[in-house]
Amino acid sequence: MADVDLIVIGAGPAGASAALAADECGLDTLLIDENQAAGGQVYRATPEGFETRAVARDPDKKTGEVLRERIGASRVRTAFRHQVWSVGPGFRVDCVGPEGPASWSAPQLVVATGTTERVIPFEGWTLPGVIGLAGATIALKSQHALPGQRPIVAGCGPLLLAVAAGILKAGGQVEAVVDLAGPGDWLRLWSAMLRRPDLAGRGARWYAQVRAHGVPILHRHTVRAVETSADGLRIRTAPVDRQGRINPNANGQDLQGDALAIGHGLVPNTEITRLLGAKHRYVAEAGGWLAERDTFGRSSVPGLFVAGDGAGITGAVPAAHEGWIAGLAAAQGMGAIDDATFAGKTRAPRRALRRTSPFGAAIAGLMAVRTAQVEDIPADTIVCRCEDVTRGEIEQAITSGAREVNQLKAWTRCGMGPCQGRTCGEVAGALVARQVGDRTGAGLWTARVPLRPIPVDTLTGHYDYQDIPIPRAAPL
Amino acid sequence: MWKRETREVRRPDFVEIFVDGRAIPAHPGESVATALFSAGISTFRYSPRGGFPRAAFCMMGSCQECVVRIDGKRMPACQASVEAGLEIETGGRPNG
Repeated sequence: MADVDLIVIGAGPAGASAALAADECGLDTLLIDENQAAGGQVYRATPEGFETRAVARDPDKKTGEVLRERIGASRVRTAFRHQVWSVGPGFRVDCVGPEGPASWSAPQLVVATGTTERVIPFEGWTLPGVIGLAGATIALKSQHALPGQRPIVAGCGPLLLAVAAGILKAGGQVEAVVDLAGPGDWLRLWSAMLRRPDLAGRGARWYAQVRAHGVPILHRHTVRAVETSADGLRIRTAPVDRQGRINPNANGQDLQGDALAIGHGLVPNTEITRLLGAKHRYVAEAGGWLAERDTFGRSSVPGLFVAGDGAGITGAVPAAHEGWIAGLAAAQGMGAIDDATFAGKTRAPRRALRRTSPFGAAIAGLMAVRTAQVEDIPADTIVCRCEDVTRGEIEQAITSGAREVNQLKAWTRCGMGPCQGRTCGEVAGALVARQVGDRTGAGLWTARVPLRPIPVDTLTGHYDYQDIPIPRAAPL
Repeated sequence: MWKRETREVRRPDFVEIFVDGRAIPAHPGESVATALFSAGISTFRYSPRGGFPRAAFCMMGSCQECVVRIDGKRMPACQASVEAGLEIETGGRPNG
């Protein structure tokens, strides 16, 4: 017996839009998210009790407010602060919420779980004070905190300048921006940028702000090593080539700061689609392994839809269109709208998607994993943070016969820790692929529940031994 | 050390939370990770195999590097919200 017609997991732009579209078509819809409100990463709400004075000036904050208001004004049921730990076929979604365990079932499921950040390991990357670029964005935009007062910002992609500009705006001092890209790399995207003048303009403004503050930008450089120093962190940089490979014959600058925010792209979250047995494909320029889907977001599993960056990176505005289309597809799947109505309603969002997604797709290409960076990881550098497994140990396992990532995991414990391979998976896969010659063949982690660590007594409740009912033995 | 930005946002008044027995000021609603970093606490735990110092990294509840004990339960500090009187223990290793 289903509880609702449709469950949507993830209340970012894609998931929230899917829920609103399905609700408009009359579907009884439940929207689940681990955060306190809708918005995902890009439109994250400030914590409850905080009053922001700058809503009007930050376009992302405003978009988030509008989205949250629309959800609140709709009939969409919401389960915020709920952590999904299992999804079963048919579909049954198990969560832990503030009141304890909760579960719901529905014949249709939209998965819009976004991405996590990729950081290619380097010496000292596990030191306290080193955080991701997406992590720095959360610090700035959600917590309104500076992650350090003299941070260095490094890596690639649009978050680099966004974080640098955000730190300056919040009154911090950026010691340097260390950019894998060359100064002209963005210009190659000019035709895609024409379609999103809003984003191109924003990027240009960030660049201007960084330059106006006199922040040095080290183009075609990477962070080679980080170590603690008397007043924070010493960061050694190195020049790199177009592929991101360190030039062994040139020295980079040493920088001093009190924090490092670094990121090398975004990786779609495919935990739930893998768990449900959907087909996946490896598409490096869209972020990595993706659930296969048609143009309406239907996966290879009937009733399972995917939308947003979690289904292939294109950015926040296309994510909303994809979500809307998937919500309509779910409504069609339930028979709530007929095929003609479905075709009519999807026409405009599909057109909007075709118009807005090329820019995000081009940016995703800039953020794709650079295998040269993986090759530069020193042998004694930790790759799996949870289990302290080094690159050298991983290479040894591959030499001994590990041919795909799950074998590597069983051999070395890489991927076996509490992050369940989310942090190290891309690098582990790239290292295996180097040796076996095929990224697809190197595979992807077998999905396991629980999807996040949860205490057993959260599910079972606390009890004493004498509480266990022991039936009387049958007579002999 | 993190620094809270105060021009663009107004927070609820400071409350006290306890970290390894020591009282530190924190704002209700902010993440425990923000409170720890803003108090100058830079190490949250140690990696189980090598004993290396670790702290929050991804800020989105994925990497599990910021796990601390809050009122006896282990959870990522970046996902936990500050409330008055929380008792936080850092420096953990698994089963500890």
